[in-house]
Amino acid sequence: MIEWVKKVFGGPTSSSTAKERLRLVLMTDHLALAPDIIENMKRDLIDVISRYVEVDRDKVEVNFEREDRALAMLANIPIVSVNRPSPPPQPPTQSGPPPRRRRRKKPSVQNPATAH
Amino acid sequence: MHQHILRQAQDDSGVEIAPAPKLGRAIVVTSGKGGVGKTTTTANLGTALAQRGARVALIDADVGLRNLDIVLGLESRVKYHLLDVLEDKVTLDEALVRDKHSETLVLLAAAQSREKDEVDTEKMRALVQGLRERYDYVLIDCPAGIELGFKNAIVGADEAIVVCTPEVSAVRDVDRVVGLLGNRFKPQLIINRLRPQLVKKGKMLSVEDVNAILRLPLLGVIADEPEIIITTNRGEPLALRHDGETASAYHAIAARVAGEDVPAPSPEFKESLMDKLGSIFGGKRA
Repeated sequence: MIEWVKKVFGGPTSSSTAKERLRLVLMTDHLALAPDIIENMKRDLIDVISRYVEVDRDKVEVNFEREDRALAMLANIPIVSVNRPSPPPQPPTQSGPPPRRRRRKKPSVQNPATAH
Repeated sequence: MHQHILRQAQDDSGVEIAPAPKLGRAIVVTSGKGGVGKTTTTANLGTALAQRGARVALIDADVGLRNLDIVLGLESRVKYHLLDVLEDKVTLDEALVRDKHSETLVLLAAAQSREKDEVDTEKMRALVQGLRERYDYVLIDCPAGIELGFKNAIVGADEAIVVCTPEVSAVRDVDRVVGLLGNRFKPQLIINRLRPQLVKKGKMLSVEDVNAILRLPLLGVIADEPEIIITTNRGEPLALRHDGETASAYHAIAARVAGEDVPAPSPEFKESLMDKLGSIFGGKRA
């Protein structure tokens, strides 16, 4: 009973703090050790967004930031034009069986459009 | 004539021609981080395997920081070292030191006044291969770090045992080392210096916490016990004894390494009267 009261009011134990720190530090380590994965992800991300708006590929930045209790991916994708880029890129699902997923969740776009 | 010379050369290198029918196993004991107990683990596992009757050669690959001889109590017997053999100054048999306690155990000490980058990686590989033809187990005590000393220590090995303490830094380093080792070494885990009382109180990472991250086959868990320090002080590995929980844990780990189907040893929390009083009066959480 006393243990239970302590568990409820005592806050996290130091071992759970250690576990949490370890989880975060390893995520960061593994990302740092896999630059090719990040590059591929960045490319795929740009491809997806380019289906809807024209983006400035050379100025895309993808970073990972450690926050207090989480790891966040921050993508900075400058948009050149909100018109569909021409020629429109072919979505990969077009010629296959019925499209599986019409909508994809867009990542947070920090830089608003610099419309032309 | 020419052919004869060629064959002779290959025979001398001892690598390509006529391997022994059954090679021994070369296992590197590594961790990344220093001070987690690699050397103590190597000495005790080697002793425990030898106590089972296996022929065991221990190599101290920590060139410049020779320690395995001390833990085994063999420091006064060491005349030649690893680099003397690799540089052909003495033969392997001249450099191998017989253990005081276990008849089938030998040690090849590290060079103390040399540096890790003086080790020739290919010669190290050939040396370990040569030892595998004569011993059932070749255990290589790896230096801390992931530089050349690490690379030379793993080059001849075909298996790895990683030693990890229940600490954030040690787990992180083991994670890195396992990544560097890749799949070839089939790494297995020994968790060292666990304090069951602290785990129970939520003040230390548990075996499950550590292995939820590392996800390695667990050979066993060794408690943080004063008797390990005392036996190391004396140069008489704890695994020479057959009584007591920690000595038994080393023997169980050796049995598992040898392929026996025994459970992975894990120290149990034994609640003392003080622990009970402490929990009644509510020790402060930290």
